[in-house]
Amino acid sequence: MAVIEHHETVPGGGEVYLSEASPRDFFELLKPRVMSLVVFTAFAGLIVAPGEINPLIGAIAILCIAVGAGASGALNMWYDADIDAVMTRTAKRPIPSGRIRPEEALAFGLTLSAFSVAILGLAVNWLSAGLLAFTIFFYAVIYTMWLKRSTPQNIVIGGAAGAFPPMIGWACVTGGVSVESVVLFLITFLWTPAHFWALALFKMRDYDAVGVPMLPNVAGEWTTKVQILVYAVLTAVIAVVPTVLGFASFGYGLFAAALGLGFVWYSVGVLRMPEGDRAMVPAKKLFAFSIVYLFAVFSGLMVDHLVASLGWVL
Amino acid sequence: METVNLTESQKKSRRGRNIALGAVLLGLVVLFYVITLVKFSGGMAG
Repeated sequence: MAVIEHHETVPGGGEVYLSEASPRDFFELLKPRVMSLVVFTAFAGLIVAPGEINPLIGAIAILCIAVGAGASGALNMWYDADIDAVMTRTAKRPIPSGRIRPEEALAFGLTLSAFSVAILGLAVNWLSAGLLAFTIFFYAVIYTMWLKRSTPQNIVIGGAAGAFPPMIGWACVTGGVSVESVVLFLITFLWTPAHFWALALFKMRDYDAVGVPMLPNVAGEWTTKVQILVYAVLTAVIAVVPTVLGFASFGYGLFAAALGLGFVWYSVGVLRMPEGDRAMVPAKKLFAFSIVYLFAVFSGLMVDHLVASLGWVL
Repeated sequence: METVNLTESQKKSRRGRNIALGAVLLGLVVLFYVITLVKFSGGMAG
């Protein structure tokens, strides 16, 4: 066992812990793939927001948001190590595999949380720092410690944590929260259930094994498929709202509508998937498309804003 | 005197962590330097 190998017997009978964790193991605690989405959407919020921010301060803001998101990932891995050890998708994470001890992950997560919030407050503004602190708290405490193991609506409410970054990016530039930034929040917030339940459908047995009440193993496949479609429609609608509210062009609206149709199309494919289908190809396709969808929508918003700032009209 | 002898892999991983920590501390120094420069230049421009 790896854990045993990490313990050396000290002459005299005591035991001392000697870590073999590498910097890469600590980096893995930050959930780099989730962090890339956070960085991207926060950057979009920063770009789309009206006003200007010094590019260096903007880069520092993104760094702080990324580190804060990573810190909440480390806190999540600290708390969830018991169930991570059982699920195939997460069994190789640093804590269940014995490369990092839980208390190391906890200290790492808390330290990074404190530093990222403090530096964002000192370098940018305290509203965005407050939002970042709330995001970390929401993900680590409200979602991980409370909702995840108690309700099948866990990721609907918990999804708010992943939706805050564009709002924080917006607050970094404007120093405030507005209807536009709430719309940016809602795009990711409404997208999360369809994205995550598509994954939950083909990883259902994993969640069942550890007793996490994900919608497919609590309410059944059909209910999940219907709710995926409902959230896909809501996401497609909200992604067009920037054009309706006038902070994105008609061209962006068309682009977002076409992507939304694609998202709904893939969700209908999941709805038509036979009950008990083991391969779940439509669910895997929806999961893959959902990632492309979110990146494309926020890219569209950024390109639209840059084109408008050059005086061109789409 | 009783000491703990580190294995090669323990020495290697400790060295890796020390280098990473050093890089992070250096990064923080640069970060605060940049923040100070930007804030000061903004203050003088204002």
